[in-house]
Amino acid sequence: MTLSATRFHGILAVVLMSLPATAQEIDNLTAAYSEDGRYFTEDDVPTYNVAEDGTVDWMTYSGFRRYHSECHVCHGPEGEGSSYAPALKKSAIDMDYYDFVDVVTNGRQKVNAAEHSVMPAFGENPNVMCYLDDIYVYLKARGADVVPRGRPGKKEGKSDVIREDENACLEG
Amino acid sequence: MKRLFALTAAAALCAPAATFASESVQAEIDNADQWVLQTGDYKNQRYSQLDQINKENVGDLQVSWTFSTGVLRGHEGSPLVVGDTMYVHTPFPNIVYALDLADEGRIIWKYEPKQDPSVIPVMCCDTVNRGVAYADGKIFLHQADTKVVALDAQSGEVLWEAQNGDPSIGETNTATVLPVNDKIIVGISGGEFGVRGSVTAYDMNSGEQVWRAYSMGPDSDTLIDPENTTHLGKPVGPDSGTNTWEGDQWKIGGGTTWGWYSYDAEENLVYYGTGNPSTWNPAQRPGDNRWSMTIMARDADTGMAKWLYQMTPHDEWDYDGINEMILTEQEVDGEMRKLLTHFDRNGLAYTMDRVSGELLVAEKYDPAVNWTTGVDMDPASETYGRPAVVAEYSTEHNGEDVNSTGICPAALGTKDQQPAAYSPQTELMYVPTNHVCMDYEPFRVSYTAGQPYVGATLSMYPAPDSHGGMGNFIAWDNTSGEIKWSIPEQFSVWSGALATAGGVVFYGTLEGYLKAVDAETGDELYKFKTPSGIIGNVMTYSHGGKQYVGILSGVGGWAGIGLAAGLTNPNDGLGAVGGYAALSDYTALGGQLTVFALPD
Repeated sequence: MTLSATRFHGILAVVLMSLPATAQEIDNLTAAYSEDGRYFTEDDVPTYNVAEDGTVDWMTYSGFRRYHSECHVCHGPEGEGSSYAPALKKSAIDMDYYDFVDVVTNGRQKVNAAEHSVMPAFGENPNVMCYLDDIYVYLKARGADVVPRGRPGKKEGKSDVIREDENACLEG
Repeated sequence: MKRLFALTAAAALCAPAATFASESVQAEIDNADQWVLQTGDYKNQRYSQLDQINKENVGDLQVSWTFSTGVLRGHEGSPLVVGDTMYVHTPFPNIVYALDLADEGRIIWKYEPKQDPSVIPVMCCDTVNRGVAYADGKIFLHQADTKVVALDAQSGEVLWEAQNGDPSIGETNTATVLPVNDKIIVGISGGEFGVRGSVTAYDMNSGEQVWRAYSMGPDSDTLIDPENTTHLGKPVGPDSGTNTWEGDQWKIGGGTTWGWYSYDAEENLVYYGTGNPSTWNPAQRPGDNRWSMTIMARDADTGMAKWLYQMTPHDEWDYDGINEMILTEQEVDGEMRKLLTHFDRNGLAYTMDRVSGELLVAEKYDPAVNWTTGVDMDPASETYGRPAVVAEYSTEHNGEDVNSTGICPAALGTKDQQPAAYSPQTELMYVPTNHVCMDYEPFRVSYTAGQPYVGATLSMYPAPDSHGGMGNFIAWDNTSGEIKWSIPEQFSVWSGALATAGGVVFYGTLEGYLKAVDAETGDELYKFKTPSGIIGNVMTYSHGGKQYVGILSGVGGWAGIGLAAGLTNPNDGLGAVGGYAALSDYTALGGQLTVFALPD
């Protein structure tokens, strides 16, 4: 948890001060490299990429679609949260990628006198699991406020590798 | 289990040979001091004969007393009043309180079922519950996990329990039940999980299942008689519940039954509507997808369908047909008719002859509705009764992975479940509506039992080129198919209306206001801001010679999910994004009953 907290502070600094991460800080947002249309941080964690003219990467665009199919009926539009479930645009920034994956895959319960909050396990749902990284990077882009509410306008094309992986995942 | 069995057996033995509880329920309904069904009466009119509070004095209304339910979730439905007792229900965990009106609302008993919280996330769009029903000295609760429970109204003791569905495959419940004859009629939710919808009748005294009618499937499942069940006057023919589906898609076909039920004792018919076919991606289910999106008239004792009318064949927008069926007796073209009026999610208001199933009126009740140019009303036409779909707004026509924009209404419909009211004094219907449009992009999804099965991306925004608000409260003439007056509201009106003999109509708003308006003119006569947004239904009762008006506050449901952060119009460009009101700027979670009365 200490590691997560450190990362969290690192991210805040980046977001609030809009400064590039220094070598000592762990930057969980900035794309360090891309591979077949997907973008990753220095730590190989999936992330978004927004070009200067506003063009978003395919995964972020795809995440917008999948989020509004699978998640928004509980979590509200565009990761903003609702009267029913928390704002995921914050969770995607606050949580470590691997914790995020864990909660989506296995679910989580907060049931007590004051709240009845239950996140289901989506581990066996291909409509979620095959697009987990898409949803994650979209929410991170929302949380970092680099993608506005609404449907992203300009987007990169879908790479052959992404298409092949998607088909393999859905059929598997 | 043994104890339950013993109780069931005892109940069965004690029951008179042929109980017709609906007669006793009708007698309880006829006592205007009470509110014994969620719908006010069997006709779903939500009209009260009480007139102590009237259009002259309603402006003096004051809060008389309040009660916190202890649950912070969307509060739909309303309390009941039977004699000196008020019954208040809550969202999950579905607590029921019996309050003593003769003793300042003291809690006589409290029933809290034990339910597996894993049912919570399977409930699309909040853990709402639209309330309990009363009949024959019993309170009937249909829990989130689809367990139907009969409680002794005096003691709160469990008389019987029946498990109606399986939450592990996405079957849940949000609806109330309807006590009819010696039966309890119950529905089911889960259209977004590929559940095949059904309506089930349980024996009121034993909890034994009497009949079940599925929305689709072979005739033996749907309780449809190929020769005697009609669609717009014609026999439906064999296998009508499978022959408009491709392959086995009907097995996960949706058509769930989570709305309201009405009953005509003379005809012994129960009326209700079925929900959307699943998935939301129309390309994955070619055909009309019968009998999703259908108004059903079924025999209360056997479940056999007398007539059906499919409003939205092959749905492409999630326009569930589950909204209430309001039964009235009115003159049409100089002739008294037994009518059924239904305000559908698809934006059309239908007036039908409820005995024959003849379609009399089908008109838009929000001028923004644009997906159809109207319904073919020519009985000689091949497309009789079908809505003409505008290609631009057809998500089927535009295809998978294409974003169809500017469709009105949005998926939540011109009206959702929030029930309208009817006043026999004015012969008008008072309708809480949404004024919201959408972009809709369908795509391929695969089915996993117990997992969401949606298959479309939605963006919603206030109807363009209008007043900027997301709702209207309208008065509707159901025989001419015209709006008489319309009150613009900042947010969707998600509260059930109440009309009274005092010439007043009540409704709640998402900001939390209880409002009273003049039934003739729509002029606002009174408003009071309750602690949380209102998605519950207004009710009234009289105790000790004094009339009261009660409403549950507690924002949530689809409205709380969709509107909490405000809406944006993705087509407005970056400058306008965030320009619409966010519900979270006006209200927060709550769970409270507020009861109003005139000053002494």
